[in-house]
Amino acid sequence: MKILVCVKRVLDPQVKARVKADESGVDLANAKMTMNPFCENALEEALRLREAGVVEEIIVASVGGGKTEETLRHGLAMGADRAIQVVTEDALEPLGIAKVLKQIAEQEGVGMVIAGKQAIDDDSNQTAQMLSALLGWSQATYCSEIKIEGDMATVTREVDAGLETIQVKMPAVMSADLRLNEPRYVKLPDVMKAKRKPMDKIELDSLGLDTANRLTTLKVEEPEGRAAGVIVNSVSELVEKLRNEAKVI
Amino acid sequence: MENRVMGNLVIVEHDNNEVGAATLHAVTAAQQIGGDIDLLVAGENCSAVADAAAKIAGVSSVKLADDAKFGHHLAENLASLIVDVAAGYTHVLASATTFGKNVMPRAAALLDKAQISEIVEVKSPDTFVRPIYAGNALATVQSSDDIKMITVRTIKFEPAATEGGSASVEAISGGTDAGLSSWVSQAVSNNDQVDLTSAKIVVSGGRGMQNGDNFSMLHSVAAKLGAAVGASRAAVDSGFVPNELQVGQTGKVIAPDLYIAVGISGAIQHLAGMKESKVIVAINNDSEAPIFQVADYGLVADLFEAVPELDAAL
Ligand SMILES: Cc1cc2nc3c(=O)[nH]c(=O)nc-3n(C[C@H](O)[C@H](O)[C@H](O)COP(=O)(O)OP(=O)(O)OC[C@H]3O[C@@H](n4cnc5c(N)ncnc54)[C@H](O)[C@@H]3O)c2cc1C
Ligand SMILES: Cc1cc2nc3c(=O)[nH]c(=O)nc-3n(C[C@H](O)[C@H](O)[C@H](O)COP(=O)(O)OP(=O)(O)OC[C@H]3O[C@@H](n4cnc5c(N)ncnc54)[C@H](O)[C@@H]3O)c2cc1C
Repeated sequence: MKILVCVKRVLDPQVKARVKADESGVDLANAKMTMNPFCENALEEALRLREAGVVEEIIVASVGGGKTEETLRHGLAMGADRAIQVVTEDALEPLGIAKVLKQIAEQEGVGMVIAGKQAIDDDSNQTAQMLSALLGWSQATYCSEIKIEGDMATVTREVDAGLETIQVKMPAVMSADLRLNEPRYVKLPDVMKAKRKPMDKIELDSLGLDTANRLTTLKVEEPEGRAAGVIVNSVSELVEKLRNEAKVI
Repeated sequence: MENRVMGNLVIVEHDNNEVGAATLHAVTAAQQIGGDIDLLVAGENCSAVADAAAKIAGVSSVKLADDAKFGHHLAENLASLIVDVAAGYTHVLASATTFGKNVMPRAAALLDKAQISEIVEVKSPDTFVRPIYAGNALATVQSSDDIKMITVRTIKFEPAATEGGSASVEAISGGTDAGLSSWVSQAVSNNDQVDLTSAKIVVSGGRGMQNGDNFSMLHSVAAKLGAAVGASRAAVDSGFVPNELQVGQTGKVIAPDLYIAVGISGAIQHLAGMKESKVIVAINNDSEAPIFQVADYGLVADLFEAVPELDAAL
């Protein structure tokens, strides 16, 4: 089986986002960017499925312009077999991205798609579900365990109430939660090897899809900060303040 | 598109017995949008849910799809029903819980509509505010879709009253059994405790707790305060507590009256889940820990001394 892993380039999770002075968005100029952590979990799972003999070929794909190639090279260094960049400088919404990924999944004839459960920049948590809908495939989101046996998969999902286990028919679209696995570190020889792996570039326009955005961002602001608090010197002072000042206990 | 009469459809989250608390917040968001509010209850043997939903203040009608194929809210089946019902509405809303987040984007894509995720404010019927970058920025977005598919971040909308309404209940059919997935089991580890998302007080532990057994200290404090217990991702990853206790960008987003963070450093991703709490207390032995920057009351102390002392003082 071939598997498609969807990856996104995002602001490094350790970096605090700064809003631009003109409120048009978040300032990403010169910011440290990485592969979305959830996408690393998705790719790691694909690598393990290949090691287990369930998957033969791993394709990493990303929709984006600029330095998206760097993120895909990182995916190749982790161990993906080849990469596809759908090139656009437009900021597509998840629906548009899902339409693009659907086309890639069908062209490549993959038997499974795995994405991250959410991108840590836009926090939309939509793309995998939308892609699953457009493909008409089964859907398994927020996976913390995936077992594939023949044309069925048993998946444990992290839900608000705890852990839910479902069975889905293959082909399926799944989305990875952080506890699915521990992504491997990339070693220098792997980085060198990744440079020689195939990287296809497809212009978004050449796909002939309607990926027009439905939302217009009117402004992006910084939230109100919290006023600085006080340091108390003892547990008894804390309890006194919670009772008599804050009146919350 | 302009001729549509404004109407909201709210997808009810439930366990086939009771209306989930999160839905009440989504109803309030619908009230702020304006127009009629209809509720969709889809499940199996769930007429009690529909009857309770009909009493929610401000609701016009409840559509009840009672069918085995909706019993476990499998995304494929439920989304197909939402698609069938959504056509008559300008706004379809669900709470931004794992229930809403799972099914709504699927329905949106089938309808060829965008989804506006986790709104925290309604500016107008087509303009909404939503947090991005773990809540470090707030985006105001305007939608051009004729049906607006929305998930609602519960902490920013008061719950609608559970009494006062007298909506009609109408049984409907629709949706298909896609036969793509089936439910196997659900593991719930601590159903005897206070619900984390609606608790007035939350006591959370982090990596500083060192192990799962030490969480009994927090449970003891929580019991005295009528509080729920939460955790950082590090505490969940380390296996101290189950995943449903995780607070943060990728866990639960909560805003209790009082949040007590014990042995939690205050990473951006954790703050994303609790910084809207009314009062924040931090107990940490590192005075430089970032959690102190958002804490109303900080106590620089060894938690293994401070927490038993706190327990005794309550
Ligand atoms: C140049 C540029 C400018 C942008 N400006 C803005 C802006 O001003 N405002 C704004 O709101 N957004 C902006 N975006 C972000 C863009 O709109 C989001 O990528 C899109 O909305 C997807 O949302 P998400 O990443 O939160 O999706 P989610 O649904 O949270 O993503 C989940 C998963 O889907 C997959 N996925 C998501 N995106 C891609 C992708 N591009 N390629 C492959 N797989 C993917 C990944 O596996 C990811 O883990 C910009 C993006 C670019 C490239
Ligand atoms: C994509 C992504 C998503 C994430 N999502 C989340 C999320 O949803 N929720 C979340 O919480 N995190 C999340 N994280 C992880 C986050 O970045 C932090 O790693 C995590 O919150 C740290 O947990 P912690 O504060 O318990 O541990 P640490 O950062 O290790 O802090 C432990 C603290 O305990 C204190 N301490 C130790 N011993 C004692 C003692 N005896 N007495 C008092 N204090 C003591 C230390 O001083 C320290 O400040 C995410 C990370 C990523 C990359």
